[in-house]
Amino acid sequence: MSDKPLTEKIPRYCKGTGMMAPTDSPIVHIACRGISPFIFLIGLYVFFHGHYSPGGGFQGGVLMAATILLLRLSLGTGLSQVVMPASITLRLSAVGVLIFAGTGVITMIFGGDFLDYHFLPLPWLDPAYLRYYGILLIEVGVVLTVMTTLIAIYDDLLGY
Amino acid sequence: MHWLIEFILFFILVVTALTALNVRNLLAAVVAMNVFSFMAAIIMVSLGAVDVAFVEAVAGAGVIGVYSVVAIRLTSRKSQD
Repeated sequence: MSDKPLTEKIPRYCKGTGMMAPTDSPIVHIACRGISPFIFLIGLYVFFHGHYSPGGGFQGGVLMAATILLLRLSLGTGLSQVVMPASITLRLSAVGVLIFAGTGVITMIFGGDFLDYHFLPLPWLDPAYLRYYGILLIEVGVVLTVMTTLIAIYDDLLGY
Repeated sequence: MHWLIEFILFFILVVTALTALNVRNLLAAVVAMNVFSFMAAIIMVSLGAVDVAFVEAVAGAGVIGVYSVVAIRLTSRKSQD
């Protein structure tokens, strides 16, 4: 590589901000970019298979957040904005809370208690499958909120 | 034979906790804390609590380490006291 001083190697988009300087090594870039979709796939498996095996919303959400944090660490905050922009993380987290609370409020509106899945307005489903899909709906909100909040904490630590 | 494996795991757990408390380099302390979390996760697996171990391995050994490295980079590499 060139023998420039380290401060000139920092790209333009991260000068003056508190972010980490991304590395120049193509090995690190390609390894992290190659392995991150598979970790995301494992996160999806942990989330959807959480009914039958250890796992669930929180673990799957943290695994999905780990893929984005891996890209943030290896490529730098600027380049990894393509995957998950720092401006929409907190909004997606609010959407997740809305999905969770909205499911509970819908069951309250249709005559049950808070989060009583039996009263979900899906009349073509059996009661057992109604609870199955109700829990899945709750977990979608949990996954969205956990994933985006962890990324938002990382971005906020670096001043984005 | 099973108790021997758990004894080794508990030994590594105590050693990494004392290392994280005593070492001057904060980055080494973060790595020691990650090893502590991973050993705690393996002990939880051996005790049968797979779900708790999953949370410990993913959050304690994964994401907390990233946050601690960022916090060290924002403040100071060496311990001041």
